[in-house]
Amino acid sequence: MENQTGWPDQLYDVLKRAEVRQVSYVPDAGHARLIERCKADNDIRDVVLSTEEEGVALAAGAWLGGQRAALLMQSSGVGNCINMLSLINTCRFPFLTFITMRGEWAEFNPWQVPMSQATEPVLTAMGVKCYRADRPEDVADTAQAAAELAFGGDFAVAVLLSQKLIGRKVWVK
Amino acid sequence: MLKRRDAIATLMESRPKDLFVVPGLGSTTYDLASLGEKDTDFYLWGAMGGAAMIGLGLALAKPKLKIAVITGDGEMLMGMGSLATIGVQRPKNLAVIVFDNRRYGETGMQASHTDKGVDLVGVAKSCGIARAYDVEDETGLKKLAGDLAALNQTLFARVHIAADEPQRVLPTKDGVELKNRFRRAVAAAG
Repeated sequence: MENQTGWPDQLYDVLKRAEVRQVSYVPDAGHARLIERCKADNDIRDVVLSTEEEGVALAAGAWLGGQRAALLMQSSGVGNCINMLSLINTCRFPFLTFITMRGEWAEFNPWQVPMSQATEPVLTAMGVKCYRADRPEDVADTAQAAAELAFGGDFAVAVLLSQKLIGRKVWVK
Repeated sequence: MLKRRDAIATLMESRPKDLFVVPGLGSTTYDLASLGEKDTDFYLWGAMGGAAMIGLGLALAKPKLKIAVITGDGEMLMGMGSLATIGVQRPKNLAVIVFDNRRYGETGMQASHTDKGVDLVGVAKSCGIARAYDVEDETGLKKLAGDLAALNQTLFARVHIAADEPQRVLPTKDGVELKNRFRRAVAAAG
């Protein structure tokens, strides 16, 4: 990803500093670089999911086993997680997710827009605190604060990564 | 046909000390609680479709412990994709056991997909879980209990049970308490 200058590597550093040992994801262009970094790390178990809600349950299981987990997804995946977030909320599991936003800026696909608009309200409604990073220089500090709140305070925290960070998608017919 | 409470009792009769169980929302939570509420069981009161994935996260975090997910057919059907995810990871210390009465017991015993022929053992095998089999009688249950005690390969078992409705035995619903005591028990087991 030519336009992924730096910030995915900074997210990886945040995960390492937080001692995250399980990283789950549905393949995503915006998270491609971060996923590759995690897959290349022998101390991180990368778990590819068939739907994002699996990653919510996986994170709970990891915590029960004494490990920290993170879920990487795009905004459309948030909709797949809603009821499973009851598990995080009711049991007060720490939960950290990095979300690449679609449907909010220079989006070529209108089908991404509804879930994009619903992402933050839905997460908030389910008890997940939302932090947002719009500029590359904000990513590391925002993600670090999110990780500290999640694992230091047993909170559920999402970092919404603006579509501006990912850049215009070149649509090839 | 096997009765669910007899089946859980047989399965847990010689339960190894390093076996931790995640029962699914509904009847399997009551089945396990009928043997006495334990710190080593993470009773689910919600998160339908999530039991197998909780088991996977736990199994990956604690490779030296044995993890059994014991859930119902309806709960498993809702998280069927997790069998594909488990088929990719294949932790040696994870067993997924489905008590299949072909009914949704919580909502009035309506027929589930397995009543119409959907074969969960076939699904598990197709997902790459090679050790997957049906259990139909007491002998099969004892073999499954033995396989659990010597768990060394991802295991899937479908236990055919009668559609009976024994009295519910309810464990605590306090999620924070369930989490903390289970996590402490896991940590104490090493």
